[in-house]
Amino acid sequence: MIELDAEAVYRSLAARLREEVIGRDVRLVGVHTGGVWLAQRLKEDLHVAHEVGILDISFYRDDFSRSGLNPSVKPSSIAFDVEGADIVLVDDVLYTGRTVRAAMNELFDYGRPARIDLAVLIDRGGRELPVQPTAVGRRIEVPEEISVVLSRDDDGRLHLTLEQRRDI
Amino acid sequence: MTSESGRNPQLNRNGELHHLLSLEGLPRAIIERVLATADGFINVAEREVKSVPLLRGRSVFNLFFEHSTRTRTTFEIAARRLSADVFNLDITRSSTAKGESLLDTINNLTAMQADMFVVRHAASGAPHLIARHVAPHVHVINAGDGRHAHPTQGLLDMYTIRHYKRDFANLTVAIVGDILHSRVARSDIHALTTLGVPEVRAVGPLTLLPDGLEQMGVRVFTRLDEGIRGADVIIMLRLQNERMRGALLPSAQEYFRNYGLTPERLRLAKPDAIVMHPGPMNRGVEIDSRVADGAQSVILPQVTFGIAVRMAVLSIAASSQRMQ
Repeated sequence: MIELDAEAVYRSLAARLREEVIGRDVRLVGVHTGGVWLAQRLKEDLHVAHEVGILDISFYRDDFSRSGLNPSVKPSSIAFDVEGADIVLVDDVLYTGRTVRAAMNELFDYGRPARIDLAVLIDRGGRELPVQPTAVGRRIEVPEEISVVLSRDDDGRLHLTLEQRRDI
Repeated sequence: MTSESGRNPQLNRNGELHHLLSLEGLPRAIIERVLATADGFINVAEREVKSVPLLRGRSVFNLFFEHSTRTRTTFEIAARRLSADVFNLDITRSSTAKGESLLDTINNLTAMQADMFVVRHAASGAPHLIARHVAPHVHVINAGDGRHAHPTQGLLDMYTIRHYKRDFANLTVAIVGDILHSRVARSDIHALTTLGVPEVRAVGPLTLLPDGLEQMGVRVFTRLDEGIRGADVIIMLRLQNERMRGALLPSAQEYFRNYGLTPERLRLAKPDAIVMHPGPMNRGVEIDSRVADGAQSVILPQVTFGIAVRMAVLSIAASSQRMQ
């Protein structure tokens, strides 16, 4: 098991995103669960006034007929009006791009945003859909059988580990 | 691992929900999963687009052999909010009237590529019969069979109780009325005991109380005042008019005098007690309008929660497909 310095990667993501959103009135939307942790940190560090939106994309996944429903679905909650909003979608690890597609589909069911940017802590390549992030903490190359896992300890510190995938 | 024949007919080999036929014997973890999944569906109705794409391309057939506009409509709304294609078949007026057997009807509908049947039938056990007969990829959801079970009503009642009381561990729940003929009461009792409610009470006239309630862990009361004293939750049951015409009860007026829930009687329950009713209500028979429309009534939220709970049941059952 290899551990990356998640806090350093996070600082790099925050710095990149800060440049991108200068002069914009953005709203952050985190993808459950890691993306929500990151969006909450970014809200503080980038002084975003609006409450963080939360998406659980379980109802929008494209592998429902193969994998079934996620056993621990959490409610999505977006307190602001998505119609016309300038949105930054936040997720922990960008891989195939399927989660981002599902998240965008769900966002559009709340309204038509003016713009959606994508901020991710880790971009591990391996895209299966044409998805391009706006801000990235770090790009890494890892073999298919490794999964990149974000966790958060009791003090709120982030940890990134590379683990052997159990499903392949 | 239980043997093939001893397996709960509702569960697949991995112990996942494949059909929903009854809450009797349904594992606590599955009930809790339905309630937790329903949380995720609650605010779908408040969005600009009131549906999610989960069951896109699946065909849900509502088979109502017994009339029930309300239950059929809530199942239809639930299936449509999951983006399923919904077909309503009012069987009371069609094939069976021409003498076609139940299984022939099902065979015909399966040939039309149904993925899921939502079944309401006057005969207890009809959904079980259908579930045994359908192709392995088809799911059957019981929307009420005879006096036997109404599992989605039981689940939405549990969702409502959990919403207002948070926890099942210290509750006293009183179910009042025609327990004998009520599939709702039966489903509620199974769910409440599975979820660990310490005191479940059945309250009604002796002629409307079935045998064997004590064996189900239920305390029986024949006087309303005693039955609802100190209760956290009161579930009122509909008194069907035909019970009056039979010999079971003298009159609606007398029933209301003895078992009707009035504001005065409601004061015997806990001050924060909630009042539930599966609908449709008989105002002035089992419930006083001042209670039905009062601050402690959660009868309309039950209807709203019922849609989210049925969305959860349909999507959880549909997701067990690959296991069979």
